[in-house]
Amino acid sequence: MESSRRKFLKIAGLSVLGLGAKPVIESFAQGIEPTYSTDKKALKGKKWAMVIDVDKCKDDCEDCIAACHRGHNVPKIDNVKHEIKWIWHEEFKNAFPAQEYDNLAERLEHKPFMVLCNHCTNPPCVRVCPTKATFKREDGIVLMDFHRCIGCRFCMAACPYGSRSFNWFDPRKYLEVTSPDFPTRSKGVVEKCNFCAERLAIGKIPLCVEACKEEALVFGDLEDPNSPVKKILKERYAIRRKPSLGTGPNIFYVI
Amino acid sequence: MLEKPLFGSKKYYAWMTLLMVVIGVGVISYLYQFIVGLGTTGMSRDVSWGFYIAQLTFLVGVAASAVMVVLPYYLHNYKEFGRITILGEFLAVSAILMCMLFVTVDLGKPLRLLNMFRYPTPNSILFWDVIVLTGYLLLNIVIGWITLSAEKQGVKPPGWIKPLIYLSIPWAVSIHTVTAFLYAGLPGRGYWLTAILAPRFLASAFAGGPAILILLSLLLKKFTKFDAGTNAIQTLAKIVTYAAIINIFFFFLEVFTVFYSQIPEHMDHFKYLFFGLHGKGFLIPFMWFSITLGFAAIAMLITPSVRKNEKLLALACVLVFISIWIDKGLALISAGFIPSPLHHVTEYVPTIPELLISLGIYGIGLATLTVLYKIALSVKEEAEA
Repeated sequence: MESSRRKFLKIAGLSVLGLGAKPVIESFAQGIEPTYSTDKKALKGKKWAMVIDVDKCKDDCEDCIAACHRGHNVPKIDNVKHEIKWIWHEEFKNAFPAQEYDNLAERLEHKPFMVLCNHCTNPPCVRVCPTKATFKREDGIVLMDFHRCIGCRFCMAACPYGSRSFNWFDPRKYLEVTSPDFPTRSKGVVEKCNFCAERLAIGKIPLCVEACKEEALVFGDLEDPNSPVKKILKERYAIRRKPSLGTGPNIFYVI
Repeated sequence: MLEKPLFGSKKYYAWMTLLMVVIGVGVISYLYQFIVGLGTTGMSRDVSWGFYIAQLTFLVGVAASAVMVVLPYYLHNYKEFGRITILGEFLAVSAILMCMLFVTVDLGKPLRLLNMFRYPTPNSILFWDVIVLTGYLLLNIVIGWITLSAEKQGVKPPGWIKPLIYLSIPWAVSIHTVTAFLYAGLPGRGYWLTAILAPRFLASAFAGGPAILILLSLLLKKFTKFDAGTNAIQTLAKIVTYAAIINIFFFFLEVFTVFYSQIPEHMDHFKYLFFGLHGKGFLIPFMWFSITLGFAAIAMLITPSVRKNEKLLALACVLVFISIWIDKGLALISAGFIPSPLHHVTEYVPTIPELLISLGIYGIGLATLTVLYKIALSVKEEAEA
């Protein structure tokens, strides 16, 4: 009796161990490529980026924010502690904290600087995510899988730009209208700008870029010599946020 | 041995009942947080980790400190620690259990916890932290249980346990190192971005953990028939003394680099903690209190006559404990987020539900510790009789 029970426990224990090891082995082994069909109109790039022409940006205009947040079902929460933001205004001293100085040009001092996810070439958020819920696509976009995120918020600690928001409450309660083009989120997951990956897939440019009447926001592929972003960067000097951290931010500010 | 915790004195039942009430309140508070969301805590977009993750960090230190009794006993054959090794190991078990609970209550989607195993991600330090914590928990349960069973039967522990004991020594160091790596590798957080973080964690752990063990030993001496022995307690006191001094030394190494280099990204967090930033400074009194207690404790501990007086030693240990708890359990995490990467100062204060949940987890830890100690002491009593 004793020996057979022991034998059973041994086999059961080994089986559980085997089941537990399976995903670990799979993660190191070559996975099977998923299959999917793509829209023929889809915009394809190797390294998507954005150039923001700060002078063109109008002080009181919030068109890009409104378009983005409406299109992505980003709730408006009044308590700043619980805010969800994909793209928003910051002053120069906050957007570029190590680069502020006393005699900054007056036109820049209180100018709105649009900040959003930098879609870093070397993103720290992707490095720390324990479930690969945030990942980098081949075209450079850093994306979130809201269904895999466990809400540990390691990515928020890792992001040096404060680009990530967490759903402290059920976000759906704060939505007055719901856009059918993008999923809403549930409480407990992290979210951020996705460079409108869902629109690129059907041949459209990002909502914020489309909404900007001043053409202050320019979107394009850095690897394409004829792209609008490449054309501006060829001629004008641009700054990026915290370049010394080695994250390789892909949002450029022309000032 | 499992039947031991079922029977005890009236005081034992009263203590366990009290803990059950505390746990019950914690569970109800957690249900509230689970249903409403983590917005019920004091955490925010800017300060996205708070009291829970801070307790995790502090308790990993308590768990790692078991090595301070295991190492002298098994590697140096320091016999005086023979009686308290099991106390260290079981303290580690309950501390790790609390660590795991604190990580879990901090998750936005706790039901998806297993995604960490479904999609194992070796480039994430959190993945390694879960592995080393789980491993250390299992090691201490197995080692503690096997050595105790052997003691009950009056035989030597089986030979195969030795390699596990030796493994548990570097493993203890690894749990606190990996926990430090959670923070020390993040590019935008100047307060944590320092190679001294892991050594500081270990030094404070080796001061705080043995201080708790001394206090527990003194409590057991008062309330039970168990006596750890004067020599064991005095040796622990010396360990606490050295570690507390090294801890403060490491702290000032960091202060030197930060303030002599004058790099704002590193300085601002210290300024917030000790002097306030943009007119905000919730933690200022706590920090100065912590530093003062740290120095007072060292002054007491380096004086042999004070150290040898068990009442004063207990007081010194309480001071060490509070000083380190403020540093790690209160300041370490929120100060890393203040100021934010965008240089805003959003302060963090834990809310009542957050504190009740934390208290509930400490209750679970203490109940586990009580049960495990009850087993260990009953076995020891029988073996000696």
